[in-house]
Amino acid sequence: MKKLLLMGLVLISLGACAQTGGYKVGDVVKDFALKNVDNKTVSMADYKDAKGFIVVFTCNTCPVAQAYQNRVAELNNSFAAKGYPVIAINPNDAEAVPAESFEKMQAEAKGKNFTYPYLLDPDHVVTKQFGASRTPHVFIVNKTDKGNTVEYIGAIDNDPEGVNATKEDYVKNAINNLSNGKKPVVTSTKAVGCSIKWKKG
Amino acid sequence: MRIFLLICLSLISYSLSAQVKLLTLDELDKRIAAGKDTTYVVNFWATWCAPCVAELPNFEKLRVANLKKPVKVILISVDFKSKLQKEVIPFVVKNQLKAEVFLLNETDQQKYIERVDPKWTGAIPATLFVKQKIRRFYEQEFTEKQLKNTLLNLK
Repeated sequence: MKKLLLMGLVLISLGACAQTGGYKVGDVVKDFALKNVDNKTVSMADYKDAKGFIVVFTCNTCPVAQAYQNRVAELNNSFAAKGYPVIAINPNDAEAVPAESFEKMQAEAKGKNFTYPYLLDPDHVVTKQFGASRTPHVFIVNKTDKGNTVEYIGAIDNDPEGVNATKEDYVKNAINNLSNGKKPVVTSTKAVGCSIKWKKG
Repeated sequence: MRIFLLICLSLISYSLSAQVKLLTLDELDKRIAAGKDTTYVVNFWATWCAPCVAELPNFEKLRVANLKKPVKVILISVDFKSKLQKEVIPFVVKNQLKAEVFLLNETDQQKYIERVDPKWTGAIPATLFVKQKIRRFYEQEFTEKQLKNTLLNLK
């Protein structure tokens, strides 16, 4: 009987894990404290003057994330001064993929002159809170009286290959909307990306 | 010498047969509708996706194990169209993929990801099992055993 109960519990908890949880547009984000490549801890609360954040789940190895690296840097260059800095978080487990280690993250950030923090998320805690499923995966949050509220979830643009004649810059447009005191017109998009490399076991 | 020639010939014929055609989702739907009682195992992958490449042999094993059954394994690459000749076809030849391989001929990710399955976030690998009205979608990696069991339990 006890065994049955235990099995039941295990099944329920498995079911809970399998849900595609995470933040939805309109949800208030819990702040985090994650280690940056410079060994200092970064939280959203550290940015007193920020109006919001462009949180980008990205990594060292995914070719799609690599293709977007310059565009992430441009976003930070364009919008940090306007109150919307980029915070990059690596959701991958270094044991699952050694090239995603903290040391490799440091090398990546140094080699590509990252102007924004690149944070380690041990045990995928923040990744799961956000519900990030792939790299790159962007969450735009806006500071409000209620807290940091999610305003956009999805892709940076609809042109990973740089060939789309009808390119739409989802993140740029959303930030421009927010800067003008408006809600983003497009709040959610999908894109092909690399699955997150979860801790094994 | 003769053996050498034979090997060369077989290699050449293999390369020639290793065609990767473009495929739209409309064409995929038509194909599935025409298949009647066939179960289609449709894997979305890319040459740049390490876990996808790692699980491709499991799809080959599934294909071989079901040769005499109405089961069809289709591998749809979501690589960039510009990579078809330089990356995708050489990959198919090098890895001797024997299942049918296509390159997805869709431009708007916002539409096609949702259309394949509303649950799909866009992460790959992802696999769709379709048999007539039954449609099951999984955004995950598959082991050989998981593939076999999912196919068996398709209801």
